[in-house]
Amino acid sequence: MTADPNLLYSEIEEELRASVRDLLADHSPVSAVLARIEGSDGYDPALWRKLAADLGAAGLQVPESHGGAGASLRETAVVLEELGRSVAPVPFLGSAVLATTALLLAGDDAVRSLADGSRTGTLAVPFSTAPFSTAPGRPFTSSVTLGPGGTLSGRVTSVADARSADLLVVPAADGSLHLVETGYELTARTSLDLTRPLADLTFDRTPARPLTADPAVLAHTLLTGAGLLASEQLGIAEWCLTSTVGYLRERRQFNRPLGSFQALKHRLADLWLDVVGARAAARSAADALATASADAPVAVAVAASHCGTAAVRAAEECIQLHGGIGMTWEHPAHLYLKRAKADHLALGTPAHHRAVLAELVDLPA
Amino acid sequence: MSTASIEELRSRTRALLSEHDPATTDPLDFLRARFDAGLAWVHFPVGLGGLGAPRALQAAVDAELAAADAPDNDPRRIGIGLGMAAPTILRYGTAAQQARWLRPLWTGEEVWCQLFSEPGAGSDLAALATRAVPSAEGVWTVDGQKVWTSSAHTARWAILIARTDPALPKHQGITYFVCDMTDPGVEVRPLRQITGEAEFNEVFLTGVRIPDSHRLGAVGEGWQVAQTTLNNERVSIGGQRTPREGGLVGIVSDTWRSRPELRTPELHQRLLKHWVDAEVLRLTGERLRQQLTVGQPGPEGAGTKLGFARLAQELTGFEVELLAEEGLSYDDWTMVRPELVDFNGREAGYRYLRAKGNSIEGGTSEILRNIIAERVLGLPAEPRTDKDVPWKDLAQ
Repeated sequence: MTADPNLLYSEIEEELRASVRDLLADHSPVSAVLARIEGSDGYDPALWRKLAADLGAAGLQVPESHGGAGASLRETAVVLEELGRSVAPVPFLGSAVLATTALLLAGDDAVRSLADGSRTGTLAVPFSTAPFSTAPGRPFTSSVTLGPGGTLSGRVTSVADARSADLLVVPAADGSLHLVETGYELTARTSLDLTRPLADLTFDRTPARPLTADPAVLAHTLLTGAGLLASEQLGIAEWCLTSTVGYLRERRQFNRPLGSFQALKHRLADLWLDVVGARAAARSAADALATASADAPVAVAVAASHCGTAAVRAAEECIQLHGGIGMTWEHPAHLYLKRAKADHLALGTPAHHRAVLAELVDLPA
Repeated sequence: MSTASIEELRSRTRALLSEHDPATTDPLDFLRARFDAGLAWVHFPVGLGGLGAPRALQAAVDAELAAADAPDNDPRRIGIGLGMAAPTILRYGTAAQQARWLRPLWTGEEVWCQLFSEPGAGSDLAALATRAVPSAEGVWTVDGQKVWTSSAHTARWAILIARTDPALPKHQGITYFVCDMTDPGVEVRPLRQITGEAEFNEVFLTGVRIPDSHRLGAVGEGWQVAQTTLNNERVSIGGQRTPREGGLVGIVSDTWRSRPELRTPELHQRLLKHWVDAEVLRLTGERLRQQLTVGQPGPEGAGTKLGFARLAQELTGFEVELLAEEGLSYDDWTMVRPELVDFNGREAGYRYLRAKGNSIEGGTSEILRNIIAERVLGLPAEPRTDKDVPWKDLAQ
């Protein structure tokens, strides 16, 4: 039996949340995000520097001995909540979560440059890649093959956070991981999520440095990503609920605030319950991952299944309950819907996570 | 002693156990001794079964007593007394009332029931029509009808709200009493439910004479007093941990595992969704419990009952369907009058029908959604047409 998860926020985590929230409010208000998506790559390098280097958010899960803050994935999850709440256009998930986790598990010193925010990286897999089991019969599939001299060849599509990346952690077909810094071709995609650009990567005898031959590293990296993405989804859902409540308190129709109509109040109460559940589930996953609990795969599957659905529902309700204005480009609600729907597919859909859960808790088809 | 440390509580508990060995002491005597030692509900005042200690410390006492196999006061059977009557008596009762009622309430010697709901006043509780009028010196005479009264057939006492001034708007002019269920004029009739059993009652009050010394709070202040009762009804007991797959979801999961012939792909998808919902609800309750432990209660409590009702209804409906042909049968339509209600007891058909009450009893899901929307989310109330109208002028 594993220890009970700690589902609360520590004082340090609340202080971190306040710092991140202040920084985002000052340097990345939603109006600025709306303006930025018209630009070339959508990212905000200045914001990333402040968040990653000045605040030290990029190295939260990295031990101090490797140039990080020596905190844990619990704190990393709190940052993701705030980034979800603000749909901030920064490569935190790709760099501080996916690439950093892989490099830490592989024991590679390249993690230092990610931890201090001087460089960013990402994991070169399609963003829709679900965590897989390392058990026999459930291998990872990739079209990237290993060639002479450890070079890589092949193509990976729809990679998140690749456009701003200085280094790539690239899985080969056998699940081994390789570090790539140059010598590949990057083609930008037009993404559904305007605040998290995607790109296709082509490797053709691209020089690479082997990181690990153990496919469990990739499996655990994807599990960590899926588990922490739940915290981002919680942040998205919270913003959608809060802004919808705020709008319905102000907006008057039929000579009453819209929020006084019971039909709408009940929808928001149900949504609130979804968000409350998302917080408990996301905290459970973050704590299980941070403490390397044996229960982590179940906690992640539960959180990913619930939070992915909750975020999309919250964003869809947000659009609907804002009425006409919710359908406009100038109102930020669409940024959240696009992030929520992309996240719904990212790192395994809720349906995929439920199928994984069926095996984990012995409820076979 | 106004405060107590966890160590003091443990040593007091050990002293109780050594003076009253649970193996040789009569269970009721033990419970009385526990009350007198202040270990019944440690957050209550000294002399009333407590030590004025933080509520969270109760768990340490309970664990120590459970380990020693000490008798339990069966909080499920006497839940209304413990959860609703006691906090109200503590807040509004006189010293004499507290001394008379709290000890036998806690030990379970006297069972309590709640005479609030009426045929015409369910979710709109303040519309109640039961009348209490002053008759002889210091005596009220009560006439009316109450409904959905759990345990009325075993209860010694009832908490009762009645209208004492019909000329005032409906939330005013209500007074809160304690009614002796053995008095002449109190008639309890079983109310048979859709499950076939009679878990609740109708209670007819005809010329019931209640002494003024059994009034809780001021005349006309009954609505405020009742809020204490109702808020406590919805407070999570706390300290109780549900294991994963506890309750209904465990029953259904076990059926799934042991009966592969019942499985279909469509049912598999639904089962997994319910399983996740159950686990998320469990984690929500666990998070609330952790918040209470550190003294930071969150608003999640308002949502757990709402979530529980929805999940119970979905799961029990699923179970009947999963059982296929067996789902067409029912175990027993004979009318029985249980003292204890176990939502999970009996068979799938019973569970399905009983779960329909989960979204009605103890505050309907609609009222809970209003509470969440207004008190947690801060949305405005619906316009009210009945607020300032004298009760007697409202459409009855």
